[in-house]
Amino acid sequence: MAHNGDALRRREKRRSILFTLPMALFAALLVALPLIYVLGTSLVESGQDFSLGATFTLENYRRILRADYLLVFLNSLQLAFFTTVISLLIGYPFAYCMARAGRKWRFILMMLVIIPFWTSALVRIYGWKILLQGNGLINTVLKRLGLIETSIKFLGSYGSVLLAMVYCMISFMILPCHSAVDKMDFTLVEAARDLGAPPWRAFLTVTLPLTTPGILAGCVLVFVPCVGIFYLSDIMGGGLMLIGNLIRDQLLKVRDWNFGSALSMVLVLLTAGIYAVYRKCGGKDLGVF
Amino acid sequence: MTAKRRRKRKLFSPIYLTLVLIILYLPILMVIIYSFNSGRTIGAWQGFTTSWYTRLFGNALMADALKNSLILAVLSSALAGIIGTLGAIGLTRSHFRSAGLVETVATLPMMIPELVLGMAYLALFTAIGVKLGMGALILTHTTFCIPYVFINVKSRLIGMDPALEEAARDLGASPMRVLRDITLPLIMPSVVSGMMLSAAMSLDDVVISFFVTSAETTTLPLKVYTGLRSGGTPEINALSTLMLGAIFLAVALSQLLRARSDKKLNSAQ
Repeated sequence: MAHNGDALRRREKRRSILFTLPMALFAALLVALPLIYVLGTSLVESGQDFSLGATFTLENYRRILRADYLLVFLNSLQLAFFTTVISLLIGYPFAYCMARAGRKWRFILMMLVIIPFWTSALVRIYGWKILLQGNGLINTVLKRLGLIETSIKFLGSYGSVLLAMVYCMISFMILPCHSAVDKMDFTLVEAARDLGAPPWRAFLTVTLPLTTPGILAGCVLVFVPCVGIFYLSDIMGGGLMLIGNLIRDQLLKVRDWNFGSALSMVLVLLTAGIYAVYRKCGGKDLGVF
Repeated sequence: MTAKRRRKRKLFSPIYLTLVLIILYLPILMVIIYSFNSGRTIGAWQGFTTSWYTRLFGNALMADALKNSLILAVLSSALAGIIGTLGAIGLTRSHFRSAGLVETVATLPMMIPELVLGMAYLALFTAIGVKLGMGALILTHTTFCIPYVFINVKSRLIGMDPALEEAARDLGASPMRVLRDITLPLIMPSVVSGMMLSAAMSLDDVVISFFVTSAETTTLPLKVYTGLRSGGTPEINALSTLMLGAIFLAVALSQLLRARSDKKLNSAQ
């Protein structure tokens, strides 16, 4: 009997491995291999392909330490940070109100948040471009109201890039925060209130700690893609140089693939670092909300 | 006092929700409205027309891009659907060494910046001589779609009552039969909703396609991207509106399926 169970388990295990095989192949050949190739390219001298005969060097990484490149990294991190903070300040109350809305409304609200989330970021940013242009709706309204006389040049400003970033990313904040508030046991808040805690205190000592996992997940989901984004500031017309733009220029304009690879690897390390810290802080699986 | 406060919140909540939603949808609405603008540029409103749509449909290059995008979305979401589902079943039903590694690497495309992955593909494909174009597009799109199916199906499998499968097995069903008659029907809605999301992601992708496409295999989002970089035209608005419509449909369908499957699963347990 025991022998039979063993055989069964072994067969089941073999089946599991067989089932996982195609995914493992994709993971190995189309995720791991390309990344390893980029790592290799970043470690050989400028102008050489990654191969056995190539000259090994750390020069590509040393170049990143130059002040102007460091500034690009700083710019990207700063923009990502502002985007995350603003997304949280706007998104959390939204998620909270959404979770507290009636059952019927909640489904509709959810749909309304998810639809822009899955529509092209390009197309949505384009909409802002139309709104913000010199003779666009916002300038027209401001002029009609007599608040301004000549059109404000919104496009190309830091503010317009930040607006576009928040706009593209805010769903990533709303969804995890919503699921955290939704799962929370509200009788705990009521208990705190019954015991005499003012609303702000009940919020700070009960709601906020209980929804922290959602907030953390949201912050990571917003911050990480922000660091790597490259076409947003292009389209908004900002001359802002971000890591993404720098990498793209190294690939397509300067054609220094080795330096571009080194930059990419630093970007990946940065991303991985954020995830590692998030996991260390007890963060949950990202991706299912 | 409490009643007054509650009334205050009741008032604040819908106002805030509406305000944010208006800001969320206003730009999308602008794109749609301006696709009917008769002006040549995206500037001021000059009157209603549908001529941009007729022009769009008459444009052979656009028709090609549409065809490419659809083929790509269908094939890569179907492949990702099969591979991701099999992977999720394999990884949740039995544990073997390196299972964690496979899962981490396979879901990595969700986490690392697309730009890095895109350049990695271009570098590797050129180095080992993979031809850029439709084949490369399908392979890479499948790769970044797999995590969406995998995670969706995995969470459903974990949430499923193991008693359902055990009962079938105790009654003498072979593992394959259990899979076909019990597991698959129960996870099917997640598979389909994962595939819908995959199709939406594929229809939307700019960055990775940008790197692995060839001149003959332009996709719709790439057309939009190049159109926007040169300032944007009403034709791009019309194209964007059509894309919005397609994605709206895909999302609505996947949400409906998910709501239905939740109900079904709850009644099964």
